[in-house]
Amino acid sequence: MKTTLNILWKDVLIEWRTRSRTVALLSFAYTILLLFAFAIGPDSAALRQHAGAYLWLGLLLSSTLLLDSSMRIEFEAGAISKLLLAPVSAPGLFYGKAIANTIQLWIIGAVSVPMVFVVCDATVVESSGWLALTLALGAAGLAAPGTLYSAMIARLSGKQLLLPLMLFPLVVPVIVSAVKATSLVMMGDPMNQIGSWLALLLCFNLVYWGLCGVLFGRVVEA
Amino acid sequence: MKANWEIGVGLFGLILLIWAHYTGLFVAPPEAMMGDVGRILYAHVPTAWVGLSTYLVAFIAAVGAIWSGKWAWDAMVEASVEVGLLLNALLLIQGSLWAKPTWGVYWTWDPRLTTCAIMVVAFGVVLALRRQIEEPMRRLTMSSIATIIAFVNVPIVYLSVKWWRTLHQPYSSPETVDSAMVTPLRVAAFGMLFLATGFVVRRWRQVHRQLKAEVQAPDLPDAPSPLAVED
Repeated sequence: MKTTLNILWKDVLIEWRTRSRTVALLSFAYTILLLFAFAIGPDSAALRQHAGAYLWLGLLLSSTLLLDSSMRIEFEAGAISKLLLAPVSAPGLFYGKAIANTIQLWIIGAVSVPMVFVVCDATVVESSGWLALTLALGAAGLAAPGTLYSAMIARLSGKQLLLPLMLFPLVVPVIVSAVKATSLVMMGDPMNQIGSWLALLLCFNLVYWGLCGVLFGRVVEA
Repeated sequence: MKANWEIGVGLFGLILLIWAHYTGLFVAPPEAMMGDVGRILYAHVPTAWVGLSTYLVAFIAAVGAIWSGKWAWDAMVEASVEVGLLLNALLLIQGSLWAKPTWGVYWTWDPRLTTCAIMVVAFGVVLALRRQIEEPMRRLTMSSIATIIAFVNVPIVYLSVKWWRTLHQPYSSPETVDSAMVTPLRVAAFGMLFLATGFVVRRWRQVHRQLKAEVQAPDLPDAPSPLAVED
């Protein structure tokens, strides 16, 4: 637990000292939102209806950049080997990095929501607490397998292609349930379906946070 | 002959499949609701059963490889993922062919179809990853982990017809179809199982041999030092 908190603090500190990466990721997410809006055209009803989808596709695409750069700093100059020799436990390292990635994705999501409101003319109909919970669970669902995969391919030549290729099919359940839950929060939920979509997100998180934590040790040893 | 028993098993499976498909197409009665279109059952259902079973073999082999670090398990991961990918790609094609006359479209975003398509891509990535890693032991570890993670999709595909409202039929089994259809369905399932076993074992032999040769190959000599420049 202490290891996890130390790794988390290290990543947060690095991020705080080099804020340019977060700013670049936010700009990237904003650009994607604008591109979706330009691609759809001035149909405000369509933009409002699909606002949840644009938000999560923007987050998904931003997540590949975030995950890649987050793991690159560990593999540059053999930092990860020194961390393991310290010794830092592999599960502690995984959970520290995955929580740091979750927090960063959550921040990008939280900043993107007002942008979505402006660009897509969307509003929150249900409680905004549901939206915050959806963002937290969705960000965690992207971060856990993403952290493991980015470590697996960190030393490969074709990693820019492999990370999205590996991550995107795996996180389809996250995207489907997060988009559904976000759309219900923004458009209204007369049938009380938000809870069941969030339950699916929670199950995905339980499975992958457990499985990836167990397997991460093998990845860094190799 | 002993070393090639898988060829016999595969051929036996092929004979069973030919008999089952002949019986399914020309002898068994048409399906009550779908008519002759329903005869794809004899190809589609065995492909699904054996395709998912092949991924189960890949998962067991991946756990074995990561646990023991033996090349035989690693070869089995590659062989079973390759054959599983082939069978599941066939499954999607057969499903699309059946969907056009039944649902009016080749593809719809139904939970069973979507989860199955995701599963095919997830296991395809395992093979892409294997081709990217040159060092054998790292390849063994990384592809085994990718296989274990991809396998999480298999129970989701199987249970998708139960978890979500879906256009797809619920589970098919010999108990859910007419007795006249059971025999060709069972024979087709065993035929597909034997054929897939033949393919997997054959491919396993080839990959195992390649891996052993790769590991035992001597290292290349060091590059000669650059020529000294004479003054």
